[in-house]
Amino acid sequence: MNITNNRLSKEQYEQNFADIHPPFENKTAAQVEANRCLFCYDAPCTKSCPTDIDVPKFIKQISTDNIKGSAHTILSSNIMGAGCSKVCPVEKLCEGACVYNLLEEEPISIAKLQRYSTQKAMENNWQLFQRKPSNGKKVAIVGAGPAGLSCAHVLSRNGVDVTIYEKESKGGGLMTYGIAAYKVTPKFCEDEVNYILSIGGIEIKYNQELGKNILMGELQKNYDAVFLGIGVGVARRLGIPGESFEGVEDAISFIYNIRDKNYSLIPIGDKVAVIGMGMTAIDAATQAKRLGAKKVTLVYRRTEAEKPCTDVELDIAKLDGCEIIWLAAPKEIKGENGKVAQLICSKMMLSETDTNGRKTPIDTGEIFSLDVDMIIKAAGQIPFEELVDMNKMENKNGKLIIDTNYSTNIKGVFAGGDAVNGGKEVVDAVQAGKDGASSILEYLNLTFNLI
Amino acid sequence: MADISSNFLGIKSPNPFWLASAPPTDKKYNVLRAFEAGWGGVVWKTLGSQVKNVSSRYSAVDFNGSRLMGFNNIELISDRPLDINLKEIEECIKLFPDRAMIVSLMADNDKKSWQELIKKVEDTGAHGLELNFGCPHGMTERGMGASVGQDPEIACMVVEWVMETATIPVITKLTPNVHSVVPTGRSVVKAGTHALSLINTIQSVTGIDLDTLVPNPNVGGKSVFGGYCGPAVKPIALKMLTTIAQDELTKKVPISGIGGIGTWKDAVEFMLLGASNVQVCTAAMKHGFRIIEDMCEGMNNWMDEKGFKTIDDFIGKSVENITHWEDLDINFHVIANINQDKCIHCGLCYIACEDASHQSINLDFGKPYNKYTIKDEECVGCNLCKLVCPVEDCITMEVHRKGEEYVNWKDWQDKGLPLNDH
Ligand SMILES: Cc1cc2nc3c(=O)[nH]c(=O)nc-3n(C[C@H](O)[C@H](O)[C@H](O)COP(=O)(O)OP(=O)(O)OC[C@H]3O[C@@H](n4cnc5c(N)ncnc54)[C@H](O)[C@@H]3O)c2cc1C
Ligand SMILES: Cc1cc2nc3c(=O)[nH]c(=O)nc-3n(C[C@H](O)[C@H](O)[C@H](O)COP(=O)(O)O)c2cc1C
Ligand code: SF4
Ligand code: SF4
Ligand code: SF4
Repeated sequence: MNITNNRLSKEQYEQNFADIHPPFENKTAAQVEANRCLFCYDAPCTKSCPTDIDVPKFIKQISTDNIKGSAHTILSSNIMGAGCSKVCPVEKLCEGACVYNLLEEEPISIAKLQRYSTQKAMENNWQLFQRKPSNGKKVAIVGAGPAGLSCAHVLSRNGVDVTIYEKESKGGGLMTYGIAAYKVTPKFCEDEVNYILSIGGIEIKYNQELGKNILMGELQKNYDAVFLGIGVGVARRLGIPGESFEGVEDAISFIYNIRDKNYSLIPIGDKVAVIGMGMTAIDAATQAKRLGAKKVTLVYRRTEAEKPCTDVELDIAKLDGCEIIWLAAPKEIKGENGKVAQLICSKMMLSETDTNGRKTPIDTGEIFSLDVDMIIKAAGQIPFEELVDMNKMENKNGKLIIDTNYSTNIKGVFAGGDAVNGGKEVVDAVQAGKDGASSILEYLNLTFNLI
Repeated sequence: MADISSNFLGIKSPNPFWLASAPPTDKKYNVLRAFEAGWGGVVWKTLGSQVKNVSSRYSAVDFNGSRLMGFNNIELISDRPLDINLKEIEECIKLFPDRAMIVSLMADNDKKSWQELIKKVEDTGAHGLELNFGCPHGMTERGMGASVGQDPEIACMVVEWVMETATIPVITKLTPNVHSVVPTGRSVVKAGTHALSLINTIQSVTGIDLDTLVPNPNVGGKSVFGGYCGPAVKPIALKMLTTIAQDELTKKVPISGIGGIGTWKDAVEFMLLGASNVQVCTAAMKHGFRIIEDMCEGMNNWMDEKGFKTIDDFIGKSVENITHWEDLDINFHVIANINQDKCIHCGLCYIACEDASHQSINLDFGKPYNKYTIKDEECVGCNLCKLVCPVEDCITMEVHRKGEEYVNWKDWQDKGLPLNDH
């Protein structure tokens, strides 16, 4: 059948891409879980949340039936608290640190409780923040992703007028265009962006790309400060022969299409290989399977012990029926009639631990081949080198370098999120936006307040 | 296997668990089901003049998701016709001759009414009578129930009327809606009651509906004080029981313990503090009659472990362990100890001691887990940390006596020992 779209029925697509996080059925269910929380002091879960959400407090507020207060507790620390409750890898963050783990008991379902309160806030459009009167300061933000939106919200709360320049036609960044469709729906992402904007004082100019439609110089001239939340760009090239055969795809654009179009319009192969073992690779593999690919194989250079994704993520892929080949590095792509036919891989072995404490994969010289008709590359993303160089910004392989005040080497230009860290989680980007906003307020001699 | 059978004033039952006078005992249908389930006896729902009840009738206090931690009602005495009750009582006794059948009474406030009622009830073959001097709502407005129990003189008078006629054992049920249950207890013992039972329900307001602003339970937009019972009242009941078990006069008669009993452990505690048997209401209303099985098995297993052969072997054993503050040993001193292998780093002990006790716990910051240790010299041994710690046996209180010898408060002052610990 090769690469074709429309492999499944409408119902099958719907079932495959249904939300993997069902909500609490009712208030009692939420309260039973909330009452299980011990209300820890200096709580480990809070300390393990990059945005520092006061977890015991918001959970206690669910048990006292103060849902509005609970939502405020969450959103004042993390304005994307609703989205984060669906996409955070909680097993390595808050829930991974919950003290119940130490009793060999299920940790508190923190994310599910967070979803409970924030969903109510969004559904009822509770206005939990009142922006201070405008103080006349103007800040430009580039990128309406988690970092940019979080920065914008804190600035607006503190009376700054914000304009966001976004190259796409929708807000949310990778939340809208990158994260697996079974974690967040397009409708949810749109609602969340609108909810964030409902505070007022934030204008988004869509289809405006920095470096193309607008230049850094103009932003510096027209605004009191600039924040760059531009994320990272396309997937890294593998740098092996055959990468231009038809059927070799970049994971980011593959996923972008899934998020942007109808599932039935996305072409997918019969036998798909996905290269990499990060969050993106897992998402690409599971979604390839859910689109109807017969066989999906994840190929990774190292072993399970070194994998960058979490156990929970890996389990999702396994449960979806994806196969995994450890210690295999792509060496060459072979084609027939201009189309992908085989992926040739080197068998690898791990070196002794090097000075950095990490084991490097070494080629054993042995090779094997996989019959495939589609290859999805998810071996890391490349930052926007060109844009960064063009503006003479200090960077490391395209990742912006900032000082402790979140400032780049250009005065008045701040940055944060994936653009700086090279690609972490939404929750890290949200915190970076908050930190950036705090530095900008200080730079503008304004006080910072999260209330 | 221990023997848990009970003999209360000659009234025998296979176990010391009776159902208290309340809805579970208000008709033949329930009582037969209770006997089938294994209950040792029942105190039939209070009989008296015909009354009419309202709707709604109950409300509750929930705590952290647990329902009915406290329960409250505004029901009156039995609202079923007297002759039907009497007929059914007789039938139940015939069907289950080995179970105790006590009938609760609250007649109108005159000698004739009481004595006529007693005669009718005795004709059923009932084994004993319980005088309801406790109901704290409704009936009190008519000068009955708690109004009788709150006034030792009136209570004495009614018991005298009863004793003139009664030929079967008489238990007087006390109201807790007094500053002390002892005066009424003494007065009815003097008047000749054979036994006491306590407690009846405590006047209460369980809560208010925050939408309508009407307190619970709501009867057409109004409420009244209701009678409180269930797990929340157990500690109060135990205290009142102890005062009766320690008083020179009242301790001479057997006591039936009531108030918040739902498990074998609760029952054992009442009996250790002097109750010869116990009565249960709320727990049966919440879970049904089936709870009797574990009550019997649990008590039996505990008795076997402790080597008690019959219930008389342990009844009253803890009474002397409650003493006067002045007699406590001031040299006795405990210090908290945290077992680091068990600690889950929740910080609850720390914040409790820091904000509300003696700032005796160290916090060594860690990410994500802090380490908590006790400052031995600061700890006054209050137990707070141990009480809040969610992990069993993680915090233990270890004995570090301040001195060898027993010194009570009076000796302490006489010796001019230092008063200020901190
Ligand atoms: C496939 C995939 C799956 C992921 N899954 C998860 C997950 O499950 N959970 C999780 O927490 N994180 C996940 N992440 C990571 C997460 O999406 C990012 O860490 C987060 O979105 C970073 O936010 P950001 O605002 O820094 O950047 P982005 O979300 O990338 O937002 C940057 C925004 O800037 C815009 N932009 C870029 N350049 C310009 C320009 N020149 N001019 C104007 N606008 C510009 C972009 O269009 C975009 O809207 C995933 C990432 C990928 C790729
Ligand atoms: C709904 C209800 C009705 C009651 N009716 C009576 C009654 O008619 N006579 C009586 O002596 N006590 C009555 N009581 C009090 C109980 O017998 C018992 O003393 C009290 O509930 C405490 O026990 P518990 O905590 O096990 O419920 C009633 C209690 C309840 C809950
Ligand atoms: S660590 Fe677990 S139990 Fe403690 S506050 Fe956080 S969620 Fe609640
Ligand atoms: S026993 Fe009391 S004083 Fe001692 S550590 Fe615990 S809480 Fe503090
Ligand atoms: S309360 Fe108990 S478990 Fe929690 S920190 Fe203290 S000792 Fe550890």
